[in-house]
Amino acid sequence: MDWLATQFAILADIFYYLIQVVHWTLLISIAAYALAVICGLVFGIARIWPSRPVRLMAGAYINVLRGVPLLVLIFFVYFGLGQIINLDRFVAGVIAVGVCYGAYMAEIFRSGIQAIDYGQHEAAKALGMTRWQTLRHIILPQSVRIVVPPGANEFIACLKDSSLVSIIGLRELTRAGREYASQHFLDFQTWLMVGLIYLALTLTLTRVVRWVEQRVAISGYGSARHNH
Amino acid sequence: MEAPDTIIEIKGITCRFGDMAAIDNLSLSVRRGEVVVIIGPSGSGKSTLLRCLNALEEIQEGEIIIDGVKLDHTHKQVHKIRLEIGMVFQQFNLFPHLTARENISLAQRVVRKRTRTEATQIAHDLLTKVGLADKIDAHPAQLSGGQKQRVAIARALAMNPKVMMFDEATSALDPEMVGEVLEVMKSLAADGMTMLVVTHEIGFAREVADRIVFIDSGRVVEMGRPENILNNPANPRTRDFLAKVLS
Ligand SMILES: Nc1ncnc2c1ncn2[C@@H]1O[C@H](COP(=O)(O)OP(=O)(O)OP(=O)(O)O)[C@@H](O)[C@H]1O
Ligand SMILES: [Mg+2]
Repeated sequence: MDWLATQFAILADIFYYLIQVVHWTLLISIAAYALAVICGLVFGIARIWPSRPVRLMAGAYINVLRGVPLLVLIFFVYFGLGQIINLDRFVAGVIAVGVCYGAYMAEIFRSGIQAIDYGQHEAAKALGMTRWQTLRHIILPQSVRIVVPPGANEFIACLKDSSLVSIIGLRELTRAGREYASQHFLDFQTWLMVGLIYLALTLTLTRVVRWVEQRVAISGYGSARHNH
Repeated sequence: MEAPDTIIEIKGITCRFGDMAAIDNLSLSVRRGEVVVIIGPSGSGKSTLLRCLNALEEIQEGEIIIDGVKLDHTHKQVHKIRLEIGMVFQQFNLFPHLTARENISLAQRVVRKRTRTEATQIAHDLLTKVGLADKIDAHPAQLSGGQKQRVAIARALAMNPKVMMFDEATSALDPEMVGEVLEVMKSLAADGMTMLVVTHEIGFAREVADRIVFIDSGRVVEMGRPENILNNPANPRTRDFLAKVLS
């Protein structure tokens, strides 16, 4: 019984220690994801833009960023670019994770746009709408429901990968875990607790994603209210 | 100055897909207020012809002049020329995420720059005209095929096109809904709208067309008054085709 009580006390102590930095994990993830959505939209649209140079540029971005390990990208941004411009750890981490996930998001947006029947483009064209107007008023609103489920899942992946940013010294969950473990020599309990906190976050997010998915599905054609 | 009598002038256009000429050195002119029905076998180039007129396909040779303006593909403002022509598709192509009112008012607002109030008023008037005033807030999924097509017609009309083109507007409909759409098209013709109609509805052609154009292999084989083309086709290919569709 004593042993169990001690273990609980240790775990509680670790939990208390870690929970104080958990907001950094969330902040990096949210900021990086926001950047990823923006990059994804821009490059996803560019990927299928009629102009060939634009398409090639977007293709290069997507292939390069998907082909480089995120860890290497983080080093490159923080240490490499850091020699030219002074980036703090948070900004460097957000940029690295954001542009990396932007490449994945771009592919998701691209397929969401391409999933829309070509007749929709033609009808809009025939009404005299420009490409941009068509995209904004016709295609993207319909792509949303296709893009949301995989797009939201990327947030969960992004949250997990934010742990890599610990390597450049940003005190988020994983970094704090390393500190605690090395100070108290309690690796088993520490990493168990770090894992449990990540798990709690991702499971919660999974439920949120399900909920959003259902909302998007329910507000399907025929009951959605669109206000222009 | 009075507007010239000819509204569409097609001079020797060719539209190729790879090596195959879907439209092959075709010429045709359409008078203001005329209803031209285009008939021809599957793959003869009827849809392609309409699509060329709307700059949805590019022509490699010849020229198209619409109400005095040459259709130019390299033209940055091609979408402005395009909106002088209303197009109704076989598959309706309504925007599924928008209500009937929004389907009709969207392009009015973003292209014609009308206010929301104006656009809504026009949407309401046009839906009344096609007999769907009560469906103004319905989404396409809540409409029957015939109703969808009538909304699509209203949507095209809302842009005040000078010409309306119909590409087999009733072919995707259940038989009992064909009539309601043809009625709308007849009333448009009666209002004096210039119309280019691709259809297999020979009855409609006989009743409404000023002229029937029979095309095959991307060329005009024969054209003339409905009674002449339908009753005494001069060309054997026209005769074959009519024998098939009328049987
Ligand atoms: N985008 C395209 N790419 C390649 N070939 C095409 C394309 N569009 C049409 N064609 C070809 O051009 C020819 C004319 O096609 P079109 O659709 O104009 O015929 P149609 O008279 O409308 O036939 P239908 O009565 O079946 O609708 C056909 O041989 C068709 O296969
Ligand atoms: Mg066709």
